[in-house]
Amino acid sequence: MTTEQDFYAAPGDTSQGKVFTVTGQDWDSITQSIGESAEERVVVNMGPQHPSTHGVLRLILELEGETVTEARCGIGYLHTGIEKNMEYRSWVQGTTFCTRMDYLSPFFNEATYALGVERLLDIEDDVPEKAQVMRVLLMELNRMSSHLVAIATGGMEIGALTVMTIGFRERELVLDLFELITGLRMNHAFIRPGGVAQDLPPGALDEIRDFIALMRKRLPEYAALCNANPIFKGRLEGVGHLDLAGCIALGLTGPVLRSTGYAWDLRKTQPYCGYEDYDFEVQTWDTADSYGRFRIRLNEMWESLKIVEQAADRLAGLEGAPVMVGDKKIAWPSQLAIGSDGMGNSLDHIRHIMGESMEALIHHFKLVTEGFRVPAGQAYVPIESPRGELGAHVVSDGGTRPFRAHFRDPSFTNLQATSVMSEGGMVADVIVAIASIDPVMGGVDR
Amino acid sequence: MSDKPDEKHAGKAQDESDDKTDKNEAARPAEERNLEKAKSETGTGSGVEQPAPEQSPENLPAPTGEVHAVGERRGMFGVSGTGDTSGYGGLVSAKVFPSPSQKPYGGWFDDVAGALEARLEATDLTSAIESVVVHRGEITFHVRREDLPFVAQMLRDDEALRFELCSGVSGVHYPDDHGRELHAVYHLTSMTHNRLIRVEVTAPDSDPHLPSLVSIYPTLDWHERETYDMFGLIFDGHPALTRVLMPDDWPGHPQRKDYPLGGIPVEYKGGSIPPPDQRRSYN
Repeated sequence: MTTEQDFYAAPGDTSQGKVFTVTGQDWDSITQSIGESAEERVVVNMGPQHPSTHGVLRLILELEGETVTEARCGIGYLHTGIEKNMEYRSWVQGTTFCTRMDYLSPFFNEATYALGVERLLDIEDDVPEKAQVMRVLLMELNRMSSHLVAIATGGMEIGALTVMTIGFRERELVLDLFELITGLRMNHAFIRPGGVAQDLPPGALDEIRDFIALMRKRLPEYAALCNANPIFKGRLEGVGHLDLAGCIALGLTGPVLRSTGYAWDLRKTQPYCGYEDYDFEVQTWDTADSYGRFRIRLNEMWESLKIVEQAADRLAGLEGAPVMVGDKKIAWPSQLAIGSDGMGNSLDHIRHIMGESMEALIHHFKLVTEGFRVPAGQAYVPIESPRGELGAHVVSDGGTRPFRAHFRDPSFTNLQATSVMSEGGMVADVIVAIASIDPVMGGVDR
Repeated sequence: MSDKPDEKHAGKAQDESDDKTDKNEAARPAEERNLEKAKSETGTGSGVEQPAPEQSPENLPAPTGEVHAVGERRGMFGVSGTGDTSGYGGLVSAKVFPSPSQKPYGGWFDDVAGALEARLEATDLTSAIESVVVHRGEITFHVRREDLPFVAQMLRDDEALRFELCSGVSGVHYPDDHGRELHAVYHLTSMTHNRLIRVEVTAPDSDPHLPSLVSIYPTLDWHERETYDMFGLIFDGHPALTRVLMPDDWPGHPQRKDYPLGGIPVEYKGGSIPPPDQRRSYN
């Protein structure tokens, strides 16, 4: 404690009361003075760099002993202006920006944006079946990889390191599939307005089937490790409680909402991408706590596996079908191919536009330089991301670039529940409560 | 391929209107008329960029139920001065958003609009809804800003409406929509009835105030802070309207259209590439 000038305080900062600082002080005097005033409240700044805050999240906790009396979040450390940047790129280029927002669920960012643009273009019914099935396949694989990270990091934060290592082990398998199908492990920009960027590569379906078979063996390991583990349950049960009324008032969706027993899932209630054709159950739990959210994520991975299997079966019957709309004024023309110098435009396509079709050359040139125009209006197509309702509010003024793209990211909204979930509990439970929300700061700050 | 953008644009607009014969048939002639009018007034082929006062967008008629232009698009390549050698520099086309729809709106839209109107009539607030736009299967209620809290309360609480979940507020800045430059767009979900609507409110740049809805939808706490942060919209009644994403001492509101994107030229192999907002681009 010091009554001297605090050198690190900006002018106008706290000067009243006790200010604890270690500037040029002797630690003994600090601890002594803290000991004298132990009954007083202490404000602890947790983060923004802290392994347990899921990226750069800053928590400002007011403590009374070990009890949290007030909890507030400081966000914005990962704000990169993606929405603003999208206004300066074409509609297709926007995909490469929004895929980077919530980096654990890139396909969902792309999908909600692409669905919004397609609605404005009025081509929702023209998107080929194969593109929709591939979207569902990728989104469900992505849901599994995202839930795996949620469970893995959540486990790591409470000391369950094996959960972390096996979680990342399985996630790696999903990322390998992504790499096989899209060429990239993250930031794919694969789902685009009008369809998807590429057809499935040869052998992809076999790899997916192998993965499904392997996951059927591996998923029970999580249940065996955690479900009835007394330490795990002791840390999670009853922590981060939020009932249905609280969830809806604060706008929480996804596993947090479903942990109150309410089966709200946009895949069932407002189906998109043909989700009505798949057989799966909405997973709920009725404890409204962190343990329930963990069990929901675990069960949802089984459901995702079911959907992936059905999508793979449908894709087997769709070999050679188009993956982009037929409209040459919208569909990105070039297919990629691997040549001797790496990946690039396929030689067939170059031959077609340079030697065979003047029209194709014009379409290629116009799309690559100018892009397509989207009729004026606005659209919002929410989808069920691993964290809840993710939606892109897409506004066009009739030009070749988004007039405004705003993403309603579930992490941003759900993180508002930090206070109600952790106030009155222990400091250690703050970590569990936040892990059960599973915020991804890339999505929160955008 | 035709390289005449004006024809293309008009043709495209017509095609769209033809597509939506079901809902917007009544409003179609007005939209076309306005497009033609905007083009003829500004002199498409004159080559002289000299709009007379009566041609500027603020003087375009915009009463309820009519087409409302929110700006105009000039030229074809987004370059001004000598950069554009295409000969389309004098091209002017109006930016026209979907026009207000007439009843019936179709499906459950009529149920929601009817229930809302009935409740508003009962409280003598019939002018709270400025217009209703049905476009691409989505319904938008344009609400007068002073009546927003009342309408939101009703949308949330009325048994026939029951929009429990608010998906946040998204600001949009239309610098050329004079007198209503700042729009705030709310998406509301009714979980009871499985419906999704959009509520849109506007405020002028000179008076960027909107009533806060945090007391009705607590989830809007951070969303309103973000919209304030990015657009400078002040939500009166918000418990702590501070910046949420940008640093506290940041000057300006970054997502407004008059705020530059920023960036520096990048040099690569002898060439210099300007930042994205200064590149030659299409508009």
